[in-house]
Amino acid sequence: MNIDCGSHDHLSRRSLLQSAGALSMTALATHLARGSEQSSKPSRPKSIIVLWLRGAPSQYETFDPHAGTKYGGEVAAIDTTARDVQISEFLPQTAEQMHRVALVRSVTSKEGDHQRAFYNIQTGWRPDPTVVHPSIGSIVCHELTGGADIPRHISILPDNVAGRGGYLGAKYDAFKVYDPANKVPDIRPYVDEKRFQRRVDGLMDVVESNFRKGRLRDLDRDRTLHGIATKSALTMMDSDQLAAFEVDKESKALRAQFGETAFGRGCLAAARLIEVGVRCVEVGLSGWDTHADNHNGQRTQCEILDPAYATLLQVLADRDLLDSTLVVCGGEFGRTPRINPVGGRDHWPHGFSIALAGCGLRQGIVHGATSPDPKLDKEDLLTNVADPVTVQDIHATILKALDVRFERELITPIGRPLKLSEGTPIESILS
Amino acid sequence: MKWYQSLARWTLLAAVGLMGVGYLANGLSGDGRSTQPPPIPKGTSETADWMEVVADVDAEFETTWTRESLATAPDADWQTVSRRVSLALIGSSISLEDMRWLESLPEGTQVDALTERLLADHRFADYWAERLGRAYVGADEGPFIVYRRRRFITWLSQQLHDRVPYSQIVRQLITAKGIWTENPQVNFLTVTLDTTEKGRVDPVRLAARTSRAFLGMRIDCLQCHDDFLGNVTLGTNSDPLEGTQRDFHHLAAFYSTAANSIQGIRDDGKTYEYQFLYEDETEEVEPIVPFLPELLTTDPAAEKLPSRQQLARWVTHRENIPAARAAVNRVWALMFGKPLSDPVDDIPLHGPFPAGLDRLAHDFAEHDWDLRRLIRIISHLQTFRLDSRCDFEVTSEHEQAWAVYPLIRLRPEQVASSIIQSCRLATLDRQSALLVQLQAFGEKNDFINRYGDTGEDEFGQDAITITQRLLAMNGKMVNERTGENPFMNASSQIAMFATDDAHAVEITYLSILNRRPTDEEAAAWIRQSEQGVSRRQFVEDLYWILINSSEFSWNH
Repeated sequence: MNIDCGSHDHLSRRSLLQSAGALSMTALATHLARGSEQSSKPSRPKSIIVLWLRGAPSQYETFDPHAGTKYGGEVAAIDTTARDVQISEFLPQTAEQMHRVALVRSVTSKEGDHQRAFYNIQTGWRPDPTVVHPSIGSIVCHELTGGADIPRHISILPDNVAGRGGYLGAKYDAFKVYDPANKVPDIRPYVDEKRFQRRVDGLMDVVESNFRKGRLRDLDRDRTLHGIATKSALTMMDSDQLAAFEVDKESKALRAQFGETAFGRGCLAAARLIEVGVRCVEVGLSGWDTHADNHNGQRTQCEILDPAYATLLQVLADRDLLDSTLVVCGGEFGRTPRINPVGGRDHWPHGFSIALAGCGLRQGIVHGATSPDPKLDKEDLLTNVADPVTVQDIHATILKALDVRFERELITPIGRPLKLSEGTPIESILS
Repeated sequence: MKWYQSLARWTLLAAVGLMGVGYLANGLSGDGRSTQPPPIPKGTSETADWMEVVADVDAEFETTWTRESLATAPDADWQTVSRRVSLALIGSSISLEDMRWLESLPEGTQVDALTERLLADHRFADYWAERLGRAYVGADEGPFIVYRRRRFITWLSQQLHDRVPYSQIVRQLITAKGIWTENPQVNFLTVTLDTTEKGRVDPVRLAARTSRAFLGMRIDCLQCHDDFLGNVTLGTNSDPLEGTQRDFHHLAAFYSTAANSIQGIRDDGKTYEYQFLYEDETEEVEPIVPFLPELLTTDPAAEKLPSRQQLARWVTHRENIPAARAAVNRVWALMFGKPLSDPVDDIPLHGPFPAGLDRLAHDFAEHDWDLRRLIRIISHLQTFRLDSRCDFEVTSEHEQAWAVYPLIRLRPEQVASSIIQSCRLATLDRQSALLVQLQAFGEKNDFINRYGDTGEDEFGQDAITITQRLLAMNGKMVNERTGENPFMNASSQIAMFATDDAHAVEITYLSILNRRPTDEEAAAWIRQSEQGVSRRQFVEDLYWILINSSEFSWNH
């Protein structure tokens, strides 16, 4: 949207296709170089990458092991590059990056159902039949203008739960893409360029012009936005920034470092998308709902998460992007201390972990703690958590780190004032 | 390709191959359903008693237009009104087959005939069940195990198809008991079950649902505090009162007895307790309705009933006109795409009301809350049959006053269904082969998933997004449905059997936009067809163009 056709920044769809990998890589490299130049400037706009671990990872087998305790299970704890911080042995590469991370081990929620809890963690609000709240990425795109001429809010591997604009409007919905090993959906026409252009011309010149007759003045601008949206879509189809999705243009070694998984490729694509100006990238990793055989289930998922997450932090740091990019990693709740009769852990919103890194947050620290010997028969389970924070608090912290006024009130379409977040920022991790 | 798509495709190829060339040619000429005797529309003449209501409501709008010095659009042609009826009742545009059938009917009877046919069609019940279901239980899948949304929608669809009065449906929802699978209406309650709250339904969420869906009132803010912005007015016409936090929780208290058990939802008599703002302790809150309490107190039989039954009787009481207004406003919104009183679930208790609302509400309540009667009345209103374009300058004031038919974006499922239908010559309904239905179901879900479901927000008017434009331009479904496939796709069949290019253009317009091309449009396309492009490619391109048009994706 910001790059005019014919400018030096622009590559036409045809030329991009014709030039295949080499040229697109050159184009991306130009962007990356430009991004790198810009990144050294303090004015570089902030962005966020959210790694959604859907199904709720176990805090015990990830960021909050209690090895050797009654409930700790079989997992061992290992030292990390952060002083006095241990995490699960299932995350050895992540352990090497913990000096970059601000770890919150005391997140609490009132939602124990996956769908409701995911809405809660994604928006910072509990589900409410009266309003659809915007996801964190939508808020960021709404509050932080500018960026790419491809969608600024992208959800990779969305699994039907991509971030929504909610009351901010569908234009803030995340653009959904799947495994970056495949092409971005709906970008390339099914017919050759000449024929496609003929179709577009016919649409605009014959049908649309007839439809406008006798209707509202400035029908397109004031009502349908059909022509405007079509032009934006065509701009995106032509954008060289689409090359950011092409992770196979990165070195084989780097790809291997992220892991040859859809999630690993998603994380690599996320880094590339942030470089070209995307404001929010969500990357989803499902499969954490281990009601049976928890130990092996968590280990399997950690084997996917660990290289991708650790390499993402490293690459962002290497490319001087971590100062302006907040990386959030977590699920909708945690899992029970008690291991059930089939070796699983059930839902536990009363104390779980979220890892944050970048955007100037304090590094290598931990906020809050869960008890190594929780009293599970107590009425108030929060007594098992030191320095508890709520999901709203996490959102307020994220927004503050991104320089968004989290307490700002927006008026919803029905005239209801709503704050962006009702939480309280966790000052101990904000520098 | 999904398994069901693959299975459906191969089975269809075999089945359609047997149909023969003659059938396809016949489909283009429209001799399919036109051989069937047209149904006799019920009550379409001036003898129908509800025509008085139509006249009254039309007169109210005339008065408004005169008072505001607004010119009105001319009447729309029957094809345009028929498309509106189809989009409203089954969420899809009209098939070529049905367009041909309508053309065979006597002039002036088409809209009524289509309305009656669709009201009797299970597609109407299915579509409206989904739409109404969103107001009752939302669009999400809700709590695991204890909530079965699909069963709930199927149950609701059967109620609608069986012509169960709307009031009875509402009563069943509020008073539901038992297991969510055996008594699907109980899902109205179990959708609020909170797994962290010891298996009880959530009276607060149910109070919010009840007030919005059945009473047309947004009193959610009263959950936490008294109304201090003048948004909620209760009391009576002569003595209006600001809503208070107590009003909300008195309504919630009706649901406090509902608990989940091994036998499903039952009433255990638990009282409702709440700690009001600025109070130090919780207190017991008795169930009291937020307005018109006399409808309960003057009904001696109601006093001894369990609280949920009391509430159900009160909501559907013949004199509870606010509840009838809420239903009318929602039906209006489903017919037009936007409510008469906007937003759909926030009608001021004491008015002022827009033209027509009260007259329609009284008629609805007096006639056993008959949804079909209400739909017939609305479809006959002048406002429903006006054109959306005029020979004077149209302004938003004209649209707001319903002096022209408003332009309303189709909802995602309407877009998906209309694409699927317009790419087939035959009507896609419950008479279609099971595998055809299965394929359409799968395609529709995939499309909506990518297009973006509006969730509970049925009547939002968001701008079209880039994702949606890309999906329509380059999406798999549009490509597959418009590409070469002589067995499945209307575009290929039209290309094969149309007598000439002009005929192909005409049929394509009828299939997709449910109208014939203007002379100007026809001339433009004929010029283009003479550029040396094959007929097949020409029709495919025209299909793509019309599906990607504003006219296709907007109700007009």
